[in-house]
Amino acid sequence: MTASVTMIGRSIRLSRRNFDLVIMAIVLPVLMMALFVYVFGGAISTSVQSYVDYVVPGILVLCTGYGATSTAMSVTDDVQKGVVDRFRSMPISGFSVLTGHVVASVARNALATSAVVLVAVLMGFRPAATVGEWVLAMGLLLLYVLALSWLAAAFGVIARTVESASLLGFFMLFIPYLSSAFVPVATMPPWLRAVSEHQPITPVIETVRALLNGQPVTSGWLALAWSGGLLVVAFGWATWLFGRISRR
Amino acid sequence: MIVETEGLTKRYGSTTVLNGLDLTVAEGAVLALLGPNGAGKTTTIRVLSTLTRPDGGTARVCGFDVVREGADVRGVISLTGQYAAVDEEQTGRENLVMIARLRRFARPAARARAVELLERFGLTDAADRRVRTYSGGMRRRLDLAMSLVARPRLLFLDEPTTGLDPVSRTTMWDAIGDLVRDGVTIFLTTQYLEEADRLADRIVVLHNGGVVADGTADALKNSVGGTRLDLVFSSAEDALRARDVVGGAVDGPTLSVPSDGSAVHLHRVLDDLLAARAGVLRVSAHRPTLDDVFTSLVLADATAMAGVTA
Ligand SMILES: Nc1ncnc2c1ncn2[C@@H]1O[C@H](COP(=O)(O)OP(=O)(O)OP(=O)(O)O)[C@@H](O)[C@H]1O
Ligand SMILES: [Mg+2]
Repeated sequence: MTASVTMIGRSIRLSRRNFDLVIMAIVLPVLMMALFVYVFGGAISTSVQSYVDYVVPGILVLCTGYGATSTAMSVTDDVQKGVVDRFRSMPISGFSVLTGHVVASVARNALATSAVVLVAVLMGFRPAATVGEWVLAMGLLLLYVLALSWLAAAFGVIARTVESASLLGFFMLFIPYLSSAFVPVATMPPWLRAVSEHQPITPVIETVRALLNGQPVTSGWLALAWSGGLLVVAFGWATWLFGRISRR
Repeated sequence: MIVETEGLTKRYGSTTVLNGLDLTVAEGAVLALLGPNGAGKTTTIRVLSTLTRPDGGTARVCGFDVVREGADVRGVISLTGQYAAVDEEQTGRENLVMIARLRRFARPAARARAVELLERFGLTDAADRRVRTYSGGMRRRLDLAMSLVARPRLLFLDEPTTGLDPVSRTTMWDAIGDLVRDGVTIFLTTQYLEEADRLADRIVVLHNGGVVADGTADALKNSVGGTRLDLVFSSAEDALRARDVVGGAVDGPTLSVPSDGSAVHLHRVLDDLLAARAGVLRVSAHRPTLDDVFTSLVLADATAMAGVTA
């Protein structure tokens, strides 16, 4: 337990000192949102106002992709640099090393989410959510981010170079476009629509969107099941992989 | 026996790095593992410290199997690897406090321990600078300090003083001496034979995946041969003339004569030369160094190998 706390402190300190990471985590999502709202927004939707309300949950999920990528990269960096060798020769669990990275990742994401919401409000985002709905929406996002961070940690352990860990970003940034993040799935061709409707991101986005805009929630349980399931699988996978580093 | 390996093997792809290594280390001993580059010294340490799994054979540390009881092994060892394992973006102090916390020191004790080690390794002035800005030797010192935070039963040091200046090297040797007095077993590798000579009470030479020599520094030196007298003359001709009188081998103006190291033998050589009117300028006696041992072992092994493959 002390070990996990120490490792969390370490990872947070390291991410505070890595300026690129902070930029990537906060500025990029904000720029993406501006891009969507002002550049594509007019073409996609009837008014800037309604598109902001539509797109914010999508941007929030998109930024979890950035966050996950930098988490995977810092895990790989750690494993490759030999610092992890020191930890692995000490009487602490591999679990605590990864926990440090995951918690720092969640913290970076929380910061990014706050920044996005704040800027969105400046752009005219007027969520109709009650306090309870906000809490539920943020809670679901948190669970999703936690699951994604463990998945990123697992990728980070597998990747042999930081460059290959950054490949995760490619998928993470691509997948949200195949969901209801930026355009309603109804506008997609049937085969793509089938993919989009059944991938884990769509129920998460739909639930967050419904909660924030005060609409009835239809896919809440599905979103919870996907996120919870992903968390359990990713956590088990990441810690299992960490234990297998010695077989390389 | 604090370390016991039996038939330990490790392969990377098609290269066999350890080929049935049998090694035991007694508790409280200082063992120096020598061997040419690529002999498998680092691999041996990585297997014993649970970082790498062996492909065959067994290895026990304090009675715990390194594969099945890794967690128990980690509880009794400490490791400084060949390459500095420090956090570049943390300061020296933060690195040390972090390790102390992971070693279950309470916060104030962790801070105090960090101060102590920074002082000891001459890093007090650089304590609050990020490690990224350290020189290679400073990084190495920090790395060593990090593995001395807690007192282990067995300390692995992989080339602990490579890249250190003479002062830091002495600091490290003193630190090792203190640990030995505390009863800590030291398992080190080194390229500096002087270091092995000075620190180790047992030397093991690794070559081609196995042990080719094992013993005290003195025993190893004796195995290569006795003392050698180097007699320096004013010219090569003089040296050659002297060789006809007392024997030996000539290298320029220097004549090397095998000796038993006794004063009587030295007297006799000098008397004979005086009688032959060969004027000796200087005399020096040489015990074989570990370098000689090392060179002869590795060369002998290489020749033997060449013989096998030919
Ligand atoms: N991870 C690895 N993958 C592939 N080969 C490896 C790996 N680690 C070590 N080797 C190989 O194993 C052999 C022994 O390496 P090792 O690092 O144990 O040697 P060493 O005795 O420590 O050498 P040095 O004195 O240069 O430090 C070398 O041939 C090396 O190339
Ligand atoms: Mg080595």
